[in-house]
Amino acid sequence: MQYLIAFLVGGAICALGQLILDTTKCTNAHLLVGLVCLGAVLSGLGIYEPFQEFAGAGALIPVMGFGSSITKGMLSELERLGWEGLFTGAFEITGLGLAASIVFSSLFALLRKPHK
Amino acid sequence: MKPQEYQELVKENSPPRPLLRNTLWAFFVGGIISALGQVVLDVAQGAERTKAEAAAVTLAVMIFVGTVLTAFGIYDELAEKGGAGAAIPITGFANTVTAAAMEFRREGFLLGMAAKMFVIAGPVIVFGILSGFLVALAKALILGLF
Amino acid sequence: MASNRIGSQTVTFSKGPRITSSYTIVGPMEGKGPYALDFDQILPDDVLGQKTPEKTERLMLEMAIEKTLQQKGTKLEDLQFLIAGDLMNQIISSTFAARTYSAPYLGIYGACSTFAQALGLGAVLLQGDFAEQVLIGTASHYQTAERQFRYPIELNVQHIASNHHTVTGAAAAILGFADQGPRITHATFGHVVDMGIKDALDMGSAMAPAAFATLTQHLKDTDRSLEDYDIVLTGDLGKQGRKMLRLLLTKEDYAGLDRLQDGGSQIYGDGQKTGAGGSGTACIAVMTLGYGLNLLKSAKAQRILVVATGALQSTVSVSQGESIPCIAHAIALEA
Repeated sequence: MQYLIAFLVGGAICALGQLILDTTKCTNAHLLVGLVCLGAVLSGLGIYEPFQEFAGAGALIPVMGFGSSITKGMLSELERLGWEGLFTGAFEITGLGLAASIVFSSLFALLRKPHK
Repeated sequence: MKPQEYQELVKENSPPRPLLRNTLWAFFVGGIISALGQVVLDVAQGAERTKAEAAAVTLAVMIFVGTVLTAFGIYDELAEKGGAGAAIPITGFANTVTAAAMEFRREGFLLGMAAKMFVIAGPVIVFGILSGFLVALAKALILGLF
Repeated sequence: MASNRIGSQTVTFSKGPRITSSYTIVGPMEGKGPYALDFDQILPDDVLGQKTPEKTERLMLEMAIEKTLQQKGTKLEDLQFLIAGDLMNQIISSTFAARTYSAPYLGIYGACSTFAQALGLGAVLLQGDFAEQVLIGTASHYQTAERQFRYPIELNVQHIASNHHTVTGAAAAILGFADQGPRITHATFGHVVDMGIKDALDMGSAMAPAAFATLTQHLKDTDRSLEDYDIVLTGDLGKQGRKMLRLLLTKEDYAGLDRLQDGGSQIYGDGQKTGAGGSGTACIAVMTLGYGLNLLKSAKAQRILVVATGALQSTVSVSQGESIPCIAHAIALEA
């Protein structure tokens, strides 16, 4: 059941994004930045957490989840450390993914060439 | 013909985007990637201590998946069909990093690959952190967390 | 008025400079298109064992020049000029290829119209008695252009219908005076036209007004109609630009639209996923020297007008929100 919800919610967010791409002048970059900000704001308003509780990966995997994770990390670190948390918290949850992205990408850039 | 008239003419004669087909493909591709993410999340939640940690591990695993699919030339084909369905999931974020790293590696590891790795993903990180910071700051001020 | 000019933008070549030899090379995708038999060489892959696609592009140009020289046994000393251009920043492919040759080198840039610019300039040098033989060449490569103007190859991008696919290929030709070979009779050098189109993913629509301006000016200057040509081969307008050019001509009541063909729209055929069609400096070059010349040689056409178009934006100008200035040059060829 949770898989179906993740499929439906994740798919719906992407379908909506595609509609924005096809009907406006938005490019991929605009769309992704917009979604990441939206995720961060919704998380600050306390909306994204219940949504993610319901949709699971359907809310986590779309890039909004990345924005939400940044805010969430900042808020939790803020409680733990005080004002420093506003800065250290940015990578509290996302740091693992970012570092992984750098390591994996460097590795594969060594091994593979772009091709067509 | 005046430029404005011509621009109108172009607008009237631009090829229509296949809205329904694109949207359905985006839904399908984005949905499949999210469902795959759910599998990873379930496994991670079983093994990890907190929800935040499980989420972090899931993001990392999906980033690995996106990187591998990019390295083997599959992700750009997936995006040709899936559009936003391939761009919006975190695997798409990984794709932008890997694609740039692979492309610019030819200009050297330092000033090519390393310098240009985040040429496309950069804005997402910058605006993610800026908006997260503002939101968290506002919330902290309102709730008097300082 | 200068004696070799007619009308406001056209020059005529009374001495009859000809394309005496030529050679065309294309990549595997272009080789799968309907004009495969017209090209001299189809490459098995688009790498050629080179470390970077920029090196491959340069090598293709060197190969095309080498083969063109071999055809009639032309020696480098017999050439007074080498005119070449490509799409790379600072036209590095042409310049790096040119350092192999000792002929005086003129590097030019006209985006996808570069080939027609070189053809026209070469004919001008011959007509003016400044040279006896001129070598012209150009090359482009999908990967080099994609990286410079668009995105990394492996990036998740959904290509839209109006987007062009840069042709991988190279072409070279020797212009001179001989008894045989297609004659260059007229050149109409275009002026820059900018209709305010900003979408770099729809270059066809941006370029169509430039093609229209040069084509109609050519017809006016030479007092000809479209029907005076067996084929009017426009370059790189693609499916979208071709449509816009036809609309513009129809609005002004031009007849003989059946003579219009477009190199970019036709080079790949219909089966391949190439959006609006081909572009790149090599596109109109291989179509003219391959397809066009074969029609003239086999007497299937007596007179051809090549209208090569170019979009003169840079990545900087596009990201700063500037519109796309475009140009077109027309060259009339006769059997």
